[in-house]
Order: sequence, then C-alpha cells, then structure tokens
Amino acid sequence: MDTVYLKRILEDEKAIRQRILKNNLSGVIITFISSLVVVPLVLILAYLLINGISSINFDFITQLPKPVGEAGGGIVNAIAGSAIIVFLALVLSVPPAVFGGIYLSEYPDSKLSALVRFSNEILQGTPSIVIGIFAWVLVVVPMGHFSAFSGSVALGIMLIPIVLKATEETLKRIPPELREAAASMGVPYHRVILKVVVPTGLKGIVNGILLGATRISGETAPLLFTAFGSPFMNLHAGKPMSSLPLVIYNYATSPYDEWHKLAWGASLLLILAVFGINMLARIFVSKQGGGTQ
Amino acid sequence: MSIKTEKPLLQLNNLSAYFHDKRILKDVNFSVENSKVVSIMGPSGCGKTTLIRCVNRMHEMSPGGTAAGSILLDGEDLNQLNTITVRRKIGMVFQRPNPFPTMTIYENVIAGYLLNGIKIPKKLSLEIVEDSLSKAALWDEVKDSLNKKGTYLSGGQQQRLCIARALAMNPEILLLDEPTSALDPKATSRIEELVVQLKKNVTILMVTHNIAQAARVSDDTAFMYLGELVEYGSTKEMFTVPKDKRTEEYLTGKFG
Amino acid sequence: MNKEIFSEKAFKLILKGTGIVIFMIPALLLVTLIVQSVPAVRAYGAGFIFRQTWDPVREIYGALPFLAGTLVTSFLALILAFPFSFSVALILSEYLKEGTAAAIVKSAVELLAGIPSVIYGFWGLLVLVPLIRKLELAAGIPPYGVSILAASIILAIMIIPYASTIAREVMSMIPPDIKEAAYSLGGTHWEVQRKVVIPTSYSGIFAGVLLALGRALGETMAVTMVIGNTNKLFSNIFEPGNTMASVIANEFTEAVSDLYLSSLIELGLLLFIVTALINFIGRLIIKRFEVKGAGE
Repeated sequence: MDTVYLKRILEDEKAIRQRILKNNLSGVIITFISSLVVVPLVLILAYLLINGISSINFDFITQLPKPVGEAGGGIVNAIAGSAIIVFLALVLSVPPAVFGGIYLSEYPDSKLSALVRFSNEILQGTPSIVIGIFAWVLVVVPMGHFSAFSGSVALGIMLIPIVLKATEETLKRIPPELREAAASMGVPYHRVILKVVVPTGLKGIVNGILLGATRISGETAPLLFTAFGSPFMNLHAGKPMSSLPLVIYNYATSPYDEWHKLAWGASLLLILAVFGINMLARIFVSKQGGGTQ
Repeated sequence: MSIKTEKPLLQLNNLSAYFHDKRILKDVNFSVENSKVVSIMGPSGCGKTTLIRCVNRMHEMSPGGTAAGSILLDGEDLNQLNTITVRRKIGMVFQRPNPFPTMTIYENVIAGYLLNGIKIPKKLSLEIVEDSLSKAALWDEVKDSLNKKGTYLSGGQQQRLCIARALAMNPEILLLDEPTSALDPKATSRIEELVVQLKKNVTILMVTHNIAQAARVSDDTAFMYLGELVEYGSTKEMFTVPKDKRTEEYLTGKFG
Repeated sequence: MNKEIFSEKAFKLILKGTGIVIFMIPALLLVTLIVQSVPAVRAYGAGFIFRQTWDPVREIYGALPFLAGTLVTSFLALILAFPFSFSVALILSEYLKEGTAAAIVKSAVELLAGIPSVIYGFWGLLVLVPLIRKLELAAGIPPYGVSILAASIILAIMIIPYASTIAREVMSMIPPDIKEAAYSLGGTHWEVQRKVVIPTSYSGIFAGVLLALGRALGETMAVTMVIGNTNKLFSNIFEPGNTMASVIANEFTEAVSDLYLSSLIELGLLLFIVTALINFIGRLIIKRFEVKGAGE
C-alpha cells in the first residue's frame, strides 16, 4: 500500500483548513437561518403589545360590546364565555382521557390498547374544523340550536388525545416496584392505581391537562358552528356563547377600525392567558419535585 | 512510579479533567512508548475512560467537559493541533460496537475517508479495505460480503470492523475503551489475540475493568483510583509486586 | 372483602369501557361524516372532486378549487418552512445544545407553537396582507393582498415549530455512539451531520414532513383569514382562493340547503381521510425508526 501517498492526502493541511472553514461556515449559516424564526415571533408579539395594550382597560374587561359606531365597550361576555366553554370541555374530557391513559399504561399490550392508541393518534391529527362538524351533527342538530355545550364537546374531543397521551407517558415511567410494594401489602388493585400510581404521576397528568387547556383555549374553528358566539352576556351553556377566539375572528375580519382595536385587545388577552397557563404548568412541574422524571 | 527513559510516543503532563465543576482527573502524568499495549484499569468511576477521551480530545465535546494540562504526541502538543488531525493520528474503538448502520462493510472501513470527504482512487481504497480488515483479522470472514450492511455482522465481528475502521486512518495510537465489555467470551478472546498482534502496527491504550484481561494482553499497566494515577509500570511487575497498597487491594479483589 | 373484589372488578370494567369509548370516537366520527355526505355523494359521485364550479345559488358543488387551494398552500408552506425547521432541529439537537443562541431559538419555537391560529390569522390580515399588497402594486400585479401566497406564508410560520420538534426528536433517537464513532474518525461537526446524522434520519425526517403536511392540510382559521375566500380556481399564487378547511369555516353556518351542507361535510370527510392517512403513515415510519434506532 502506498502509505506515503496516503499520509500525504490524510495530512493535507490545505484540505483540513478547508474542512474546518466549511464546518464553521455551515455552523454560521445554520445558526443564522434558525435564528430567523425569532423574527415572526417578535413581530407578532410586538404588534399584539403595541396595539393591544391601548385597548385593554377596565371597561374592556367589564363591559359588553357596543354596536358599531359607538366607541368603547368591552368583551366581558367573551372572557366569561371562554372560561365556561374551556372549563366545561375539561370536565367532559379529563375523566375519560385519564382513565384511558391508565388503561393504556396498565394493559400496554392488549389488543384494545393498540386500537385505543391508533384511535388516539388519528384523533390527534384530525383537523379541528372536522371535529367541529362532528360536534355540530352530534349536539347542535339534535338540540336544534347552537350552544356553548356543543362547543365544549368539540374542544373536549380535541383535548382527549393530549391528556390521554400525557397520562400514559407519565404512568409508564412510574417504577413497577411502587405498585408491587403496595400490592404486596394486600392493597386491592383499584386502590393501588388510584391511591398510589395516579397520585405519584399527578404532576405529569396535571401538566398534560394544563397544556391541553392552552391548546383548546385558542381554538376557533370548531366553535364557529357550535358555540357560535353571542353579543350578549350569556352564562347558560345550552345557549350560544361568545369566546375570545370567536370575538377575535369576528372583529378582525370586520371592516371597522374600532373593532380591530378590540380584536387586538382580545388577542393580547388571549395570548396572555395561553402563555400564563403554560407558565403555570411549568412552575407546577418544577415546584412539585420528586415524582416521575 | 517508573518514568521510561526512551523518548515516549505519548506523554501526559499534569492532565486534569472536569465535568462542569467536578474534577474527574487529578494531575495525571504518564508516558507511553512506541509499539506497546498499555492497559488502564481501575474501579468504575476512576476516570479511566475520561483519560483516553482526553487523549483524542473527545472529552471536550461532552457537555461541561473541560481539561487542563498538556498531552504530547511525538513531542507535539495536541491542544495546538486541530481535532481533525488529532483524531486522524489517534483512533478510537468504543465499548459497544458501533458500525454506521447506513453503510456497507466496505464503506464502514473507509468511513473515515467518506466522512471527511477525502477522495481516494478506487484501487487505493480497495487496498486500504483489505489491509485494514486483514490487520483486524476480519478479512477472511467478510471478503465475500463487503457490500452487506455492517450491522449484519455478529457483535464480535462488528467490533473488529470498528477496529479496522480505526486502523484505516493509519493512526499512531489506538484507544480501546473496554472493547470487549459487550461481547461474549469467545469474541472477547479473539479481540484480545488481535490486540496483541496489532502492536506491531500501532501503539494501543486500552481501558479495561477486567484485571485478567490487562494481565493477558498488556505490556504496561496503569492503575487509576478516584481520578488519580496510582501506579504505572510493567504489567508483570505490577501484578507480582504491586508498589502501592491500593493497587494490591484492587488486584486481590478488595474493591471495585 | 367481597366489596373490595366487586369494586376491583368494577374499576377494571370502567377502564376497559373508557378504552372502548375512546376507540369508538374516530370510528363514530368517520361514520357520521359518511352518513352526512351521502346526499352530496349521490348527487355528484366522483365528479365532486373534479368539478371547478362551486355555486350555492344554482346548487352546483365542485371541490376542485378547494382541493387545489389546500394542496398548493400546504406544499408551498412545507417548502418555505423546511429550511427553517431543519436548521432549528440541527441547532437544537446537535449544534448548540447549550448557549444563548440555542436557548433563544428554543423558546422562540416554543412560543410560536403556543400562539393560537386565530391570532396568526389576524396578524397576517393586518400586517402581512397589506405588505403583500404593496409588493403586488409595485410589481404591477392585481393587488389582492389576500392570497394563496399569504396563506402559505402564515402556514409556514405555524408549522415550523411542529416540524422542527419532530425532526429534532428523530435526530435525537440516533444512538450517540454512532455519532461518537464519526467524531473519533476526525469528522467535523458539519461532516458528522451531513454524512451520519442526516442520512440515518432520512426516513424520520420524511415522516416529520408528512406529519407537518397533515397539520398544514387541516389548518383552518389563519388560512381562512388571509386567503381571500374566493370559490374560483386560482391561476397563480397571488390570487385569492379557498381551502377545504377555509370554505367549511366560511360557509357552514350559511349553508341553508341540505345538499349545500352535505357538500361541505363531504369536504370535511375528504379532509379527515387524507389527514388520518398521512398521520398514520407518518407515525408508522417514526415508530419503525424508533425501533431501528434504539435496538441495533
């Protein structure tokens, strides 16, 4: 073997310098391209802050919307509506999702588990507008009118895959010794799960629920023909109800500057709520300590 | 501690290594002569793997990994060289066989060239492949299946493929990080035989937690404990009359 | 003790029952959509997909403009988002695991992922669309502003976090010892990425692209707000259009006749089937990749 030649090409200083240069250059380019994702974020947040902050005042969060042409007014009905619709969605979907997650972690290899996992993935990928149609057929048509409840059903269906997955992942990581220890003391199965396993994984489950809540609280599409929206204060879940995303959509697509202003304010409020819940989830996870990670 | 008088190939001067604030190596000094097999042994956590990862400057790639002191190869400070050159001159084989899963056996052997974008004539690359596989005692077993994926081989064969891959770069030193820890006894003894044969071509630094293995294959042995180099010298001497109490305890199985 | 045995049985039954219910949801969803689409399918058959006209007044419904709108906006968004998602994945998984730049990129991506679709749409409508309009004026094309292009850009921004997260997950599944081997042979960072990490993750990256596509196909609000909502087939990306999702969002509450509603629901059915298929294939590839990556 021509080792002299080999040594020469392996130790070619120029080639090595070029390779190092190429490496540094690619690093710079990749860093540059990826740092560009900051641009839309900064732009969106800046517009929200600049335009939104001037619309938010006491009236904004306590008053009902005023008709076109009249200055002022607020979106208290949408704030209340969002809270009600999201809360109701949580009530509807968290129990089945958590139980589903427990089922998957307890019977990871059963046939039904494979089917549930498959369904869950399909559900997770289903466009929200399609889920809106589903809720419309399921609830709005039989009731004969739009309602907050139907909106919660739609959002609840969207929430299930998120919470179910979080529950499964969390419970899977709990060491089997823990439940074996409990079971060895003669504790019945359901108590082992409910009193030992679930409380141990509570942090992860709650985190999943909070993250799910941030996802659905910004959802608009499935509410268009379920909760529908309403200019009035309505706390009755059986009737059409406004929500922050709906108000943003309706005002944003209107031709009036006055309404655009309200939409900026509502957007800022919505994003604060979304980021706020997100932060809460993080604080919760880091505070609780111990547990599963 | 015996310091050899002959001009050493590799020399470590006051080498210290850290993970963040934690000190893993404490002022290690030692030198390795040409064409020797040197074992580095010690209980787990003693810093032996970190030591050889400092030698080819892989340690600094780990999160929080830093090193102080100097390492000289042929009198040249490795910190003054770029990592490309350092790792060309100092090859490494890992605990678990890790052939590239997307490459064939052939490509795996010349992976160093492919990765580094070094173009070589087909004839030369054939020569390199045959030569390296022969040195790694694998040629006869794989010469008819060079186009199969590297992961198709058995664990012991994969490890020899990894040795061939390192040899293909024509290194001066080969670092072996517990190369047999993932292998069965039969594959282990083949690797051990190979290590003894290989010292004709390349100087070997081998980390092992297996005392018998160190005794079987190495000319010199270094014993490390808690980040310190406790004792270093001829394997025969160390195994018969250890100078340090801790070495003796380790060799007689008192700890580790 | 008997009581305990009873509750234990009941508990297991509840678990299983919940599993069955959850399994039934997508099945029920599919059946519902199919049943509701029957009138439209009966009226138009396969012609529904190929017809260009969507005219509620004359009760003629053809989905071609929306199919085209969905496909073009989604693919354009994928192309626009790819270099960014890919770079972000590389930075976060390989290049700069630590450091300020990586931390900034990481939080930026996380925050982008948290912004609701309707806010993207609003921002797009009030900031991006006027910008495009200006450019169109300067270039001498009809200044619609709202357009396929605007929708694609907004979509691209929205899918970057999703696509980069998947690509990053895939890359982090590659066993570290393979990367170490490459570094030990003297490979530079870039060479290890180019020749080991990226080739090893091809199938995973492809799956990531598929899943991002699934996301883009079904995205509704942001697209609805900036695409212009025209039911005519567009001839270039500067013209307004509609996607399957956006036309449903726009017209569902106005749909008075049964055939109109049924046609919209058939669009929803198509959307559901396509996204479900894409998601299924994408997840399957990732699962295989996971197995291959972990157990040599």
